[in-house]
Amino acid sequence: MVTEKLVRIEDEMDIVAAREVGREMARELGFGLVDQTRLATAISELTRNVIQYAGKGICMIRDASDSSYIRIQVVVEDNGPGIPDINKALQFGYSTSGGLGAGLPGTKQLVHEFQIVSHPGLTRVTIAMVRARVPEESHIPVGTQRA
Amino acid sequence: MRVPILKLGDILLTSIQMDLTDSDAQQFQNDVLHMVHEKNAKGLIIDITALDVVDSYMARILNDTAHMVRLLGAEVVLCGMRPAVAITLVEMGRELIGVDTALNLEQGMEKLRRRIAGRPGAAGG
Repeated sequence: MVTEKLVRIEDEMDIVAAREVGREMARELGFGLVDQTRLATAISELTRNVIQYAGKGICMIRDASDSSYIRIQVVVEDNGPGIPDINKALQFGYSTSGGLGAGLPGTKQLVHEFQIVSHPGLTRVTIAMVRARVPEESHIPVGTQRA
Repeated sequence: MRVPILKLGDILLTSIQMDLTDSDAQQFQNDVLHMVHEKNAKGLIIDITALDVVDSYMARILNDTAHMVRLLGAEVVLCGMRPAVAITLVEMGRELIGVDTALNLEQGMEKLRRRIAGRPGAAGG
């Protein structure tokens, strides 16, 4: 079963909505509180960029887990002007909007996977958080009790 | 949505209880500054126990608000940051530089009182 949720990003209320959807799915998939917070914060940064630079876009949050890993993937996409210099945008302290320039580089630090594609007319940032599944049974294999 | 600001003697107490949008956050900053000015407050406590996301925007608002309130001449203590929020902020490289913090409201109040008492010219009361 694939769970996938789409949040349209059209005004700043949608930033709050998107990060809530992300947190909720992360929680349902079994991510811990810190991971939920990291993901919600990353979604907040990326969707704010959409509002700020493109006006509107979408945020797609999906369960991409398999038998060994729990994995939540978020795609944030807009049809705005694009990021002129991605390498610069990924440096701390660089901002074209008068902000502090911590949004993109900060987001990158919070997640396990981070990809960005940007040209005029399309910016797509894909992030994912991944954790190994914790086996249902105890970690200690049968027959290895401590002395 | 507006964040309520309570007056307790010469101190203002505000607790952010809901997820703020960016304009709510700006409104909050504005309201706090006006209240500090109008009420001649000596100190301000900002309780963020209920905030489960502090992104770079909110961090900046909190940081700026604290610096602005200090410019007005009052002291500020931020209290109740959740551990997950602290971890996330530091990982993002967005620490709240130069803002006094406390574990909870009680310790925040204590810290604020000490700061107010320690200000030059505070001895006369």
